[in-house]
Amino acid sequence: MSTEQTVNTIASDRFELERADREAMQQECEHFEQPQAACIEALKIVQRRYGWVPDDAIPAVAEALGLPPANVEGVATFYSLIFRQPVGRHVILLCDSSSCFLNDYDTLRAAFEEKLGIGYGQTTEDGRFTLLPVCCLGACDRGPALMIDDDTFGPVRPEDIDELLETYS
Amino acid sequence: MATIYVDGEQYQVNGSHNLLQACLEMGLEIPYFCWHPAMGSVGACRQCAVKQYKDEDDDKGMLVMSCMSPAKDGTRISIADDEAEEFRQSVIEWMMISHPHDCPVCEEGGHCHLQDMTVMTGHDRRRYRFNKRTHRNQDLGPFIGHEMNRCITCYRCVRFYRDYAGGDDLGAFGANDNIYFGRYQDGTLESEFSGNLTEVCPTGVFTDRTHSERYTRKWDMQFGPSVCHQCSVGCNISAGERYGDVRRIENRYHGEVNRYFLCDRGRFGYGYVNRDDRPLRPEGSDGGGTRRELDVDEALDRAGELLRHANGIVGIGSPRASLESNHQLKQLVGDDNFSTGLVGNEQACVERMRSLNESGGLPTPSLRDIERHDAVLVLGEDPIQSAARLGLSIRQAVLGRREELAEERGIPLWNAEAIKTLAQDKRYPLFTAYPQATGLDGIAEQHWNLAPADIARLGFAVAHEIDPNAPAVTELDVSTRESAKLIAEKLLAADRPLLVSGGSLGSVAIIEACGNIARALAKCGKQDAGLSLIRREANSTGVEMLGGQPLEWALDRVIAGEADTLVIVENDLYQRLATETLDAVFAKAPKLIVLDHQRTATLERADLALSSASFAEADGTLVSMEGRGQRFFQVYEPRHMRPETRLHESWRWLHALAAERDSEPVSDITLDAVVRDCAERNATLEGIVDAAPDADFRISGQKLARSPHRYSGRTAMRAHLDVSEPAPTRDPDSALAFSMEGYSGFDRPRPVVPFAWAPGFNSPEAWNKFMDEIGGHLRAGDPGVRLFELANETSNYSAAIPDAFVRGDDWQLTVLPRLFGGEETSSRAAPIIERSAPAHIAVARADAERLGLGNGHWLSLTGQFQALTLPATIDDHLPEGMVSVPAGVDPALINGARVSLSRIQLDEEVSS
Amino acid sequence: MNATIDRLRYRSQLRQPASERHEDSHPLTWRLREDNESIDLAEYQRKNGYVGTQRALTEHSASEVIDIVKEANVRGRGGAGFPAGVKWSLTLQGEDIPRGYLVCNADEMEPGTFKDRMLLEQQPHLLIEGMIIGAYANNSRFGYIFLRDEYRAAAVSITRALNEAREAGWLGKNIAGSGFDFDIALHTGAGRYICGEETALLNSLEGHRANPRDKPPFPGQSGAWGKPTVVNNVETLCNVPGVLQHGADWYQQLSGGRSDDGGTKLYGVSGQVERTGLWELPIGTTGEELMALAGGMQSGHELKAWLPGGGSTGLLLPEHLELPLDFDSIGKAGSRLGTGLLTVISRQQSIVALLRNLEQFFARESCGWCTPCREGLPWTVKVLQALERGEGEPEDIELLQQLGKGLGPGQTFCAHAPGASMPLTSALKYFRDEFEAGVARPHTAVEEA
Ligand SMILES: Cc1cc2nc3c(=O)[nH]c(=O)nc-3n(C[C@H](O)[C@H](O)[C@H](O)COP(=O)(O)O)c2cc1C
Ligand code: SF4
Ligand code: FES
Repeated sequence: MSTEQTVNTIASDRFELERADREAMQQECEHFEQPQAACIEALKIVQRRYGWVPDDAIPAVAEALGLPPANVEGVATFYSLIFRQPVGRHVILLCDSSSCFLNDYDTLRAAFEEKLGIGYGQTTEDGRFTLLPVCCLGACDRGPALMIDDDTFGPVRPEDIDELLETYS
Repeated sequence: MATIYVDGEQYQVNGSHNLLQACLEMGLEIPYFCWHPAMGSVGACRQCAVKQYKDEDDDKGMLVMSCMSPAKDGTRISIADDEAEEFRQSVIEWMMISHPHDCPVCEEGGHCHLQDMTVMTGHDRRRYRFNKRTHRNQDLGPFIGHEMNRCITCYRCVRFYRDYAGGDDLGAFGANDNIYFGRYQDGTLESEFSGNLTEVCPTGVFTDRTHSERYTRKWDMQFGPSVCHQCSVGCNISAGERYGDVRRIENRYHGEVNRYFLCDRGRFGYGYVNRDDRPLRPEGSDGGGTRRELDVDEALDRAGELLRHANGIVGIGSPRASLESNHQLKQLVGDDNFSTGLVGNEQACVERMRSLNESGGLPTPSLRDIERHDAVLVLGEDPIQSAARLGLSIRQAVLGRREELAEERGIPLWNAEAIKTLAQDKRYPLFTAYPQATGLDGIAEQHWNLAPADIARLGFAVAHEIDPNAPAVTELDVSTRESAKLIAEKLLAADRPLLVSGGSLGSVAIIEACGNIARALAKCGKQDAGLSLIRREANSTGVEMLGGQPLEWALDRVIAGEADTLVIVENDLYQRLATETLDAVFAKAPKLIVLDHQRTATLERADLALSSASFAEADGTLVSMEGRGQRFFQVYEPRHMRPETRLHESWRWLHALAAERDSEPVSDITLDAVVRDCAERNATLEGIVDAAPDADFRISGQKLARSPHRYSGRTAMRAHLDVSEPAPTRDPDSALAFSMEGYSGFDRPRPVVPFAWAPGFNSPEAWNKFMDEIGGHLRAGDPGVRLFELANETSNYSAAIPDAFVRGDDWQLTVLPRLFGGEETSSRAAPIIERSAPAHIAVARADAERLGLGNGHWLSLTGQFQALTLPATIDDHLPEGMVSVPAGVDPALINGARVSLSRIQLDEEVSS
Repeated sequence: MNATIDRLRYRSQLRQPASERHEDSHPLTWRLREDNESIDLAEYQRKNGYVGTQRALTEHSASEVIDIVKEANVRGRGGAGFPAGVKWSLTLQGEDIPRGYLVCNADEMEPGTFKDRMLLEQQPHLLIEGMIIGAYANNSRFGYIFLRDEYRAAAVSITRALNEAREAGWLGKNIAGSGFDFDIALHTGAGRYICGEETALLNSLEGHRANPRDKPPFPGQSGAWGKPTVVNNVETLCNVPGVLQHGADWYQQLSGGRSDDGGTKLYGVSGQVERTGLWELPIGTTGEELMALAGGMQSGHELKAWLPGGGSTGLLLPEHLELPLDFDSIGKAGSRLGTGLLTVISRQQSIVALLRNLEQFFARESCGWCTPCREGLPWTVKVLQALERGEGEPEDIELLQQLGKGLGPGQTFCAHAPGASMPLTSALKYFRDEFEAGVARPHTAVEEA
């Protein structure tokens, strides 16, 4: 197990936003009355690029939006899909809510943990997968459900795991 | 007024309040956490639940949060209802789930609202048997300690810090049961008001680090009702002492001045009182440049000698000394030989300010009044640096727009988050003009960065826009005229415009300009407008009212050979004038009698140094910038714990000196006698007699206790000196007793309250028990007397309009006040020193580019003083052709001086 | 793409085939394609799309639209069942009132709920129509679709539809020549169930931490950025175009006398049934009828209890299946209709374990603003875990009861904790013995010896 694994190592000591990201953040402000409203999207922009939101990105995002860093940190630590630890190349979100729970979620979770050798919040040693729980995915008619990156699957049985993970290198 | 029914009883309450406040005001106890009278309700903690009934026939009712429910006419509630009581018990039980239960080692213990509320709800059994959640703490700088595990998540800290005080480096992080209040990373809290966290936090998360070092429980301290000596605002403080040291400063509620909050200089700047280099006994020179401590008698004998043999005596008073001490000095040396101790330029400013306060046509508002103004113009001041607590009030004034909007929508004013959401960034207009950025720019509608002369011109132009009869500014550029028009328009559109200015930039012209605007507004019938003028020191206003000559005059007397003896009271001349200037005076070898509580450079030169009492050991009166005469009282008697000390109020020393000079026996003197004498001899100060009750004031025949009734260890604390406990020291000067014996209740109106305590309320929340209505005035009347009288006749417009600033080959210097490091006594306190930013010379960006300067490059500043070397910092706001340094670097640097700059190469560059 | 991936890939899907869905009886689903793909503008317009909008904007004043929606009695499908027309009539409008916002709540995260997902993915134009009409009625300046981040396919479909609508003049200036200007932006979230609570949603939309806001003032008085704001659920808004197209009476009769409420409802079933899925049925359809469509319990399973509309509704027993699934009937039975998507629980399922799962969800998703929810829920979870392990203490049952009560309506700042309390209190009521079984048997001296 390794939680220290970074997928996109950040080269410079001081975090700097990519120009395109910065512009995208500022453009996002146009949809709203106040720049604070672009905060969540701005963090997602960072996350899309690096896979997660490193601590150093907080003042950078704050600066781009003209907000105090504490505001950005307050938001970045509130929302569950903003990752504040490095994640693997692919993030597996296992739905742990009631309908999936009723359909053998526990077995599926155990199978994933065993297969990947990691628990929730951890990343495989090869930096390929991070395993996390997620709120009801709205796929209850096909539980147990899960997401890998942008894709949703269900019902997933332990015997499907190998083939499922194959496509995510 | 509304009629509400609580547990069957009928009550008349203020219908615009919420039920919690209404009940508390009726003396009905409901526990609460997140509600705060100055910050309103947010309904987060759920501690204040009561049962509410729809009508007379409803016997089922429904739980509601009393803080979130209006005290509407006809409301029926029950506090005692079983279900409500049970729920309130549950709430505190939930809060305590992860609480460390570390009261014995917690610095909040004994004045902890959480403890009080736990007792009030009757929660005394722990049922939770699982692991506690824990947090890591942060280093928040020299003022504030952090222990997040004690947090009950009431959100008061961030609401005060951000919403009320405008700070933005403290936040709420995380979610669910993992909420964290702190900075986004370790570091010093940036707000100038961070100290209030220690009081708004109902538990021990944010504590006073200056107190930690020498911690004492609240119940074990002796308190003095005092007045902050760290600036001219005059906030009321309660200073706590143990073992002869001041241990902490807390807010002392005053309904017109500071109410619930202080600034950090006032709260954390007291360390100079505890310095171990203080002169604790008289000292005299023994010839040959050596000094030794003297007995009092010996010291007085020497003083008598010096005074009797003097060839001309001049007394130098001080704006940081009490009226009484200044007055007694004036009595000693005679009216014609008294100097205020203010340098000439500053005295001119203070004189102008008082004449405007009295004949400028507009009343001088208290801080509470300021918060009700609906447009503000600040000329030549950065109140957050020069009068911080006033700056905080200006912020509330500007945010007052929220309340107007909320009223239009029928949203109750206590519904804090709702009115914040509704108003967004709509504010009352605030305009500032200052050479550099100010702490209020963020909420200003517009701000201008100008040289002092141009600030004055802008002000004169505004007056002219308001009233064409006010002198016009010649050669006014278009943009200044436009600015002036805009300001004039907004001031006229407001019902209660407020003008704020002061002497920080040393510019009489700015004050005159502000005066013209005041007069113009008065002529336009803006009776509810206000004029607030900031002075530099705690008693600048008072010493000027006493009347005297400026400091330079006193020194000139020495140089001219008209005087050979100086009596200097609580004034370090080296903090006011350049060393070279003073050296020229001292070359004349005048005899020096210096009275001070600090070991200053001036005191070191004294032939006779008399150990004065600091505010903590003294009684006296100060006059604040608002013209409020306020009495401060001794916190403790220093000889009780340190019998060898000989600390006396300067006025007491001076009384003895007068007797010695006249070769008479030294008679007793009391505070009341000096106050009366001062009032009788100075018409403007007549009112000070009424600033506080006399020494013979009693409640049921009792004096007022300085110590809580639980004070412990009294018999043991002096055991290292003497196992038999002496009788408590008598206090002949005030109605207070150095003891826990005496009255310390809340129910009998008493005009001096050393510490707030009420049954069940050990925390600062107890103050709410002393008020006519919560957040209102103290029931016994807010202390102090207003001394300014506004004349019916408004004085004439000033035409002393300066020329516009033009940049020359050299630079114009401006010295800017700063909260930390810019004031003499607090700058001697270690935590303030730690908090002060290192001094830099600020240079305008364009100038820096021209000179090829970068941040941290070393600059030498030369002028009519010894060259000074400081690192440069590039400033985006400073007008070209100006440079600025912060106050407290070198008194030789004076506002408006022309200086030269040159870059010098030093090995190491400093990052700014 | 390997075959497993293809087989496992989730697609939202209605159970009813096209042959069973008709324009006059299935306003929410009759247009759906058999291949479950998103319906583009051309197809949507071919299928009488935007007729309701056209009518609303050109034939009615804003207040008339509100009256029609009121008359139709479209009750909010987000869970609380508040009549949309009444909500709209309370939105501040007037000369000195700034124009505000219309926000579509597409944050669907209620455990057991998968209805909005289908509408968002397959029928984006129906939603856009509903939003235009809603905005017109409420004089909203701008609209936001607040979509949960995990609904990636919905984001694609909505983005395309918004572009199509804008190009076709259904969004933008002077819509359909009516003089009405309105546009919509898609906002995607970053997790957190509480964002679905309408006032927390507004804080989240404004880029803050998603703590709810106190009501009053309601969003209609002071919502996003303090402006009058309407928040409606996806399904609620999707009901609106039909009402405007066919009228209030038509909408009323859709329930066919099964309920006082009008219209149809997207009902669903998940859990231990044979055929999970989603159906559009007249509102007031009974649980039995729905269970029949779902093919009953999975073989080897027997019905023990069911949640009528998500994790935040109270458990009901088999006998309650005969009730019409509408707001009032389920309310009277002591639960809530909620989202109307049933979660069905088998005899073999431990109720304590299920409750532990549910309360874990609520504890994790608490925003942390108010004490009972923030501190009470984690404690509840720990007690349930102890009971689940057979390590409970005799006082635990009473403690749970107290916690359930303390988390109830009116006592917490928002309805999140009351939502958590509903399954807990109902479980204690119906299945107390299962909790008691989790209490550790006290060791007796005899046993020790
Ligand atoms: C904790 C919580 C979560 C909620 N989540 C949702 C949600 O995901 N989607 C939704 O439409 N309504 C949700 N609601 C209900 C909304 O607060 C609100 O009532 C609804 O969006 C109003 O729309 P409607 O009147 O059209 O039903 C939630 C409520 C609570 C208390
Ligand atoms: S009940 Fe309280 S803590 Fe829970 S989600 Fe609502 S406001 Fe937040
Ligand atoms: S004081 Fe009322 S909820 Fe906190």
